[in-house]
Amino acid sequence: MQISNRLLDRILPTVTMPARYTGGEWNSVVKDWDDVQVKLVLAYPDVYQVGMSNLGLMILYDIVNRQPGFLAERVYAPWVDMDAAMRREGIPLYSLESRHPLGEFDVLGFTLPYELNFSNVLNMLNLAGLPVLAVERGEDWPLVIGGGVGTVNAEPLADFFDAFVIGDGEEVILEILNACARAKESGARKSELLRALAGIPGVYVPSLYQVAYHDDGTVAAITPTTPEASPRIVRRIVPQLPPPPVDLVVPYVKVIHDRGMVEIARGCTAGCRFCQAGMVYRPLRERSLSEVLTAVEAIVQRTGYEEIALVSLNSASHPQIEEMVRELIARYSHPPLAISLPSLRIDTFSVRLAELFQGRRKTGLTFAPEAGSQRLRDVINKRVTEEDLLATAEAAFAGGWQRIKLYFMIGLPTETLDDVGAIVELVREVRAMSRRYHGRRAQVNVSVATFIPKPHTPFQWSPLVGEDDLSARLALLRRGIKGRGVRLSWHAPRTSLLEAALARGDRRLGRVIHRAWQDGARFDAWPEHFDWEVWQRAFAAEGLDVDWYARRERSFAEVLPWDHIENGVSKSFLWDEYQRALHGETTPDCRLGCVGCGLAETLGCEGAG
Amino acid sequence: MTQMNRQRLRITFAKGETLKYISHLDLARAWERALRRAGVPLAYSQGFNPRPKMAFAAALPVGYTATAEMVDILLEKPLVPLELAHRLAVALPPGLQVVSIKEVDLGLPALQSQVRAAEYRVSVAWTGDRADLEARIAALLASPTLPRERVRKGRRRAYDLRPLVEDLKLEDGDAAGYRLWMRLHHGAGGTARPEDVLDTLGLVDVPFSVERTGLRV
Repeated sequence: MQISNRLLDRILPTVTMPARYTGGEWNSVVKDWDDVQVKLVLAYPDVYQVGMSNLGLMILYDIVNRQPGFLAERVYAPWVDMDAAMRREGIPLYSLESRHPLGEFDVLGFTLPYELNFSNVLNMLNLAGLPVLAVERGEDWPLVIGGGVGTVNAEPLADFFDAFVIGDGEEVILEILNACARAKESGARKSELLRALAGIPGVYVPSLYQVAYHDDGTVAAITPTTPEASPRIVRRIVPQLPPPPVDLVVPYVKVIHDRGMVEIARGCTAGCRFCQAGMVYRPLRERSLSEVLTAVEAIVQRTGYEEIALVSLNSASHPQIEEMVRELIARYSHPPLAISLPSLRIDTFSVRLAELFQGRRKTGLTFAPEAGSQRLRDVINKRVTEEDLLATAEAAFAGGWQRIKLYFMIGLPTETLDDVGAIVELVREVRAMSRRYHGRRAQVNVSVATFIPKPHTPFQWSPLVGEDDLSARLALLRRGIKGRGVRLSWHAPRTSLLEAALARGDRRLGRVIHRAWQDGARFDAWPEHFDWEVWQRAFAAEGLDVDWYARRERSFAEVLPWDHIENGVSKSFLWDEYQRALHGETTPDCRLGCVGCGLAETLGCEGAG
Repeated sequence: MTQMNRQRLRITFAKGETLKYISHLDLARAWERALRRAGVPLAYSQGFNPRPKMAFAAALPVGYTATAEMVDILLEKPLVPLELAHRLAVALPPGLQVVSIKEVDLGLPALQSQVRAAEYRVSVAWTGDRADLEARIAALLASPTLPRERVRKGRRRAYDLRPLVEDLKLEDGDAAGYRLWMRLHHGAGGTARPEDVLDTLGLVDVPFSVERTGLRV
């Protein structure tokens, strides 16, 4: 059954941004429904404007649709008004391409970018008419799988998914769809399919593991219950990045990142201790200048985008970045093509680079010193000095930028009020400098986020900062950073608490998520919808303590709920890094020499040695 | 680029069912990207944030389809209209279709300022008596004035709908409802929308669909 135009015409005129729900975008792929073996729908648990900015989903969409036997369609979380209208009219959640209800697909694949989307996953399953609990879906299709950075600790979602993909999805997605094709052909039961999937490297089937707990609530052991399931699930990596997708789906509505994207590198060598992406996307794999130029040419021709972003965790560190930017500017002056780099380093090279690609536009520059004091920057291994920052800011102001944004975290391990006071001092200096160059037109925007310890990082053992400490530090910032020419913005502390608890949670949190969703939780990442009381009630009802998950210092001996997920970077390296952090010792960028993170032994790393 | 080679082309196009929910700004972006894919030498504004030189005749409300919308584009280098039509045929998304392209004088005033009236075909899922509907139409057309109010930016404003209804006809009807055709004043002197007419005819809370079939310049 396809959802008809007539049915949609009853509700679309009543909802905001209806074009989010009608598909038909340029480069979207509509295959003959009856002509393929396995049908996949790629789901993103946030609204269209956010999900359409996600490159990972686009990569998989491209790969799967290139296969004659498979199709991939897309679905995003309907905004609350559409959700209500669909429920009122009895319209199940449907795919954008062929408008089939999700229940008619063979595989439903969620991208799991971050913890505050979890309640939306349940809501989307339910809106599709599917039981949210995997065990209640029983033998019925679709198979529900998850991928993306969230799967490095997917334990809180274990009850809702049939399988998770750990690591790069490019190869494994086809292996999974092939296994599904064989299962459909042979009429295998889902339980047999799950055991087959467990045999694919990088695939984690949570139902094939059991978790035992100690009396104090910590995990005693996570053990496979069948021989097909490996005691450790090793992260998949593609040793060399395949050519990037160029037939990018071009949205009609304005999305967050409304531009073409080329991933110029995956992985990062900087080794910042707070950064999960920097640890879980290793090793560094770079695309060559010519590969990037070829991709940009194809994207320009095939999408019509007027802007291209050169995406990576650390774009300014690509060895050919300057040449890349110069060449793109020279090639695409008419019609004009804007170039953007999402991440700039704190150095004058980055400012020169920005001068190249922003031209006379000079919309603003963002730098992330992350911490205010040198001591604390050493703790987090952000090897940038105050002189670096001031020289960079000066170069930006001298180069004509009137507005810069500085990004800091508070609540970092070992942080004291003195470190937070150092943020105030630093901002004061930058502000004074901005006014020397641009007078009253100068603007320094300061964005502050709460540090959240994440799994598979050196700070995975570290507690989230306490509420009183956080309030005191925020108060200090609010007192110190005000007045003309500066602006401070920060996040709500309670969302950080939930994010921290879910990030390092175990399977028991599945019951909390289930209950919170039943009680109305959704769009927790959106301040206007986040309702802490709903979550508080859910934790209380399940007899679980949010602080125990978020604010407890863990010991090295403790079995972590994600210990069976082999990310490649060894636990002993992470612990050493944690200890070095506590002693304020830095570790160099591993581009300069292997730091022994363990990847070379486990998954291989060309840069090693 | 010299100004001398510039060329102004007027594209008449249709916006179909699949695109009826995209807004005017979204449509403009879709056109810019289609023209870029087609390799059309669009002229761009100077300055920090170059914008393509494109001007639409009239924004089409979200939810309407249309068969003869118009956009003027300015090119850096002249292009034979037929060549542009061929290139656009493979670059436009489903739901956008070129009806005709002609060259217009560079010196003509902005297209938007030239629109005088818009024609609509409106299908209403109203299954009442035909004679009744005809009588309502006749009564509307016979009224010397039709005072109404509209709320714009939170302010109520009184206006007279009657002079804005240039023509109104019942085209045909079937079991599903009736089709009306209307020509409504547009631009300087006031703009009426088909919903205003339906409301005045007492066709409220009835599902309807609107197709804009022409813009009079």
